[in-house]
Amino acid sequence: MTPAQMSTHSDTAEVFEEHGTAGHQEFGFWLYLMSDLVLFSAIFATFAVLSESYAGGPTGAELFDLSFVFIETMLLLLSSAACGMAILAMHAGKDSRVLQWLALTFLLGLGFIAMELHEFQLLIAEGHGPGRSAYLSAFFTLVGTHGLHVASGLVWMAVMMYQVKTKGLSVMVQARMMRLSMFWHFLDIVWVAVFTVVYLMGAL
Amino acid sequence: MFGKLSLSEIHYQDPIVMTAVVGSMLLGLAILALITYYGKWAYLWKEWLTSVDHKRIGVMYIILALVLLLRGFSDAMMMRGQQAMAVAGAQGFLPPDHYNQIFTAHGTIMIIFVAMPFLSGLINIIVPPQIGARDVAFPYLNAVSLWLTMAGAMLVMVSLGIGEFSKAGWSGYAPLTQLQYSPGSGVDYWLWALQLSGLGSLLTAVNFIVTIFSMRCPGMKLMRMPIFTWNALCTSILILFSFPVLTVALALVTFDRYIGTHFFSNDMGGNMMMYANLFWIWGHPEVYIVVLPAFGIFSEVVATFSRKRLFGYTSMVWATASITVLSFCVWLHHFFTMGAGPDVNFVFGMATMVIAIPTGVKIFNWLFTMYRGRIRFTTPMLWSMGFISTFAVGGMTGVLLAAPPADFVFHNSLFLVAHFHNVLIPGALFGYLAGYTYWFPKVFGFSLVESWGKWAFWCWLIGFYFAFIPLYVLGFMGMPRRMVFYDNPAWQTWLVIAALGSLLVAAGVLCHIIQLYVSIQRRNENRDLTGDSWNDGRTLEWATPSPPPEYNFATIPVVEDIDAFDDMKEKGTAYVRPQHYDEIHMPKNTASGLVNGILCFFFGFAMVWHIWWLAVASLLAIVAVVILRAADDDIFYTISASEVKEHEDERYRQLAAAGVSLPGAASAPLPPDQER
Repeated sequence: MTPAQMSTHSDTAEVFEEHGTAGHQEFGFWLYLMSDLVLFSAIFATFAVLSESYAGGPTGAELFDLSFVFIETMLLLLSSAACGMAILAMHAGKDSRVLQWLALTFLLGLGFIAMELHEFQLLIAEGHGPGRSAYLSAFFTLVGTHGLHVASGLVWMAVMMYQVKTKGLSVMVQARMMRLSMFWHFLDIVWVAVFTVVYLMGAL
Repeated sequence: MFGKLSLSEIHYQDPIVMTAVVGSMLLGLAILALITYYGKWAYLWKEWLTSVDHKRIGVMYIILALVLLLRGFSDAMMMRGQQAMAVAGAQGFLPPDHYNQIFTAHGTIMIIFVAMPFLSGLINIIVPPQIGARDVAFPYLNAVSLWLTMAGAMLVMVSLGIGEFSKAGWSGYAPLTQLQYSPGSGVDYWLWALQLSGLGSLLTAVNFIVTIFSMRCPGMKLMRMPIFTWNALCTSILILFSFPVLTVALALVTFDRYIGTHFFSNDMGGNMMMYANLFWIWGHPEVYIVVLPAFGIFSEVVATFSRKRLFGYTSMVWATASITVLSFCVWLHHFFTMGAGPDVNFVFGMATMVIAIPTGVKIFNWLFTMYRGRIRFTTPMLWSMGFISTFAVGGMTGVLLAAPPADFVFHNSLFLVAHFHNVLIPGALFGYLAGYTYWFPKVFGFSLVESWGKWAFWCWLIGFYFAFIPLYVLGFMGMPRRMVFYDNPAWQTWLVIAALGSLLVAAGVLCHIIQLYVSIQRRNENRDLTGDSWNDGRTLEWATPSPPPEYNFATIPVVEDIDAFDDMKEKGTAYVRPQHYDEIHMPKNTASGLVNGILCFFFGFAMVWHIWWLAVASLLAIVAVVILRAADDDIFYTISASEVKEHEDERYRQLAAAGVSLPGAASAPLPPDQER
């Protein structure tokens, strides 16, 4: 008889704590974030190399509306603050407060994505799409990769709101919330670099 | 409906391709028929396809590696055959179009779908028991990694029959991979196959870094870890930091081809050398990713069969760590001719030569381990000794190439091809084959027949020299790599010798197949009853029975020294029975890993052929599977203490029958931190 045939049900939350699974998951997630940072570094490097390859097309200074991007940035920074509040509420064990803060985080993130898509759409409509020059290829790829991360974060956040609502703040849900917040703050930090390198340095 | 895909993409008029396609399909059908005939579908589903057991996953990785080794090797044979014939007007048997696909497929398959799964498989099987753990940190993620790799490999295999494979070389240099120069499906297959399996490798790395740092048994400090585990750790760190760069390089090529960006095009501001930089920032660490685990295996094998502790354990660890760091500082030596100038080339040339120092430390450590050891010339030991001498030659030609002025002469010639085969075949493949033989009895409970293994080794070793030393000579004679035909008749003699060498290697491959068949036939004569398969095992994996139970260790061992199991045997504590057993929690099987792999395959296939509805549908399905799995909180099952005891009773009956002297259970009570 193999062990697989001897299976019985067990209480996951108990095993979860006994094995230190939450700690492993958090460590593993840090490692994933590090690798994601390498991914962004490679794209930043590509952007730096191509940052003056306009091929006769527009430069950053001609394209960017800094006040628009500033509002976009503020939305993302505020969403990070709201995410922090959600985690504080989680530690206080208040389910409904967690949901409220998560909802605010979600809306702010959604606003950020909406503004970014609007910017992309305007650029493409004016003929400044990713195929116009290597510079614009790199611009769309760098900003778009960040945007794709934020969009995935939004999907994840929606899933977590559903889980908090249906499962309550169980050990497993709390561990997932922690990782979501790590991811969200990470994207904030990457955006600060994007804002500086792409928009500020590009517009000045 | 089917994007760019049409019936004309199936090359039924090409006899070589069709033989391969029909052959693979018949083989596949035969396997399916056999599974059905023996009624093994339920067994296959429950015990393998949905398994999250690291040992099962490891075995599946290695089966993948061995199957694709045959594919990659037949590509090599065809190239050797072609070049032996195609001189002075003769065209050989391969048209250029097909020949280019073959050398691209050979490189891609050997690195990504042989070396990577082989090392992932060995790490999967051996690292958890070596550190006294019952499992990896993320068993489900482990299954996801496996099936992502399988999906990538399937894409490569499918390209054989539907469409074509890339003709741009395994490194896919720009601008050859741009749409205007490679309009077919080949580059797209190459892109998606690498992208999927690369993601799998990255997740494996996360898994094993956490496993090694967080799940070692009590007493196993970092500097008491077995050397193989150290190498697995360094390899995982290299994967974690280098594979994202490959992801980016491939993604940018993908954008260039799919949405018309200009990253690597030769107009509109694109920068072709940017691709070479990104590719090799991954590609050079990748060399060490495939070599380090093999170094770990050699360290274990040499110590075991010299019946001595490894010489210079600490220096071995530091050498491995330095190689890990240095491997990120040398990528530019792959394109000294880029024109970065003498100062940049000088820095990278020096950094490259510096790597020879820690590698030299390792070579001396292995030699000093053997010195005054009582060496047993088993098959794994033969592979190790063959490696040390052959690899030293390859390393020295590497130092030659590291000098930029010399590289300007040798680059793109067969000298280079000879060099990297001379490091990768002994440095990686010999190691994996040593590990395969060394740990086979641990995994399956019976050992491989030694005589056929030794035949395989000698055919491989001698065949290797005959196949590759001529390539050094041809390099000196100025023959470039990747030529489908050539005019210089002086080259032909050497190419014929190389082709004969490859036939000798083929004999070695045949010996391996026979060895596996004969060993399974004679499995009852070669059973491993004690778990210490070679009697001289030094590390904790030998403390488990062969094959190990799902939970590896009934009670978690406590370690007091390097070479923990050897230490336990010396102190007489190796086979002490614990006074009681506790219940054990293990992760449940799940089909989500397999389902994810299948969906990823469909996604990749749809992207290759621009079947957008299928791409979107499979992507949404992948997200749905991930979300559903993430919501599943019932992922463990319990093995009760009495069930563990029953299983262990059987184990101790077997040990007694095998004649192992068993100390009384009462003589050594469990340490207090083991009682939960």
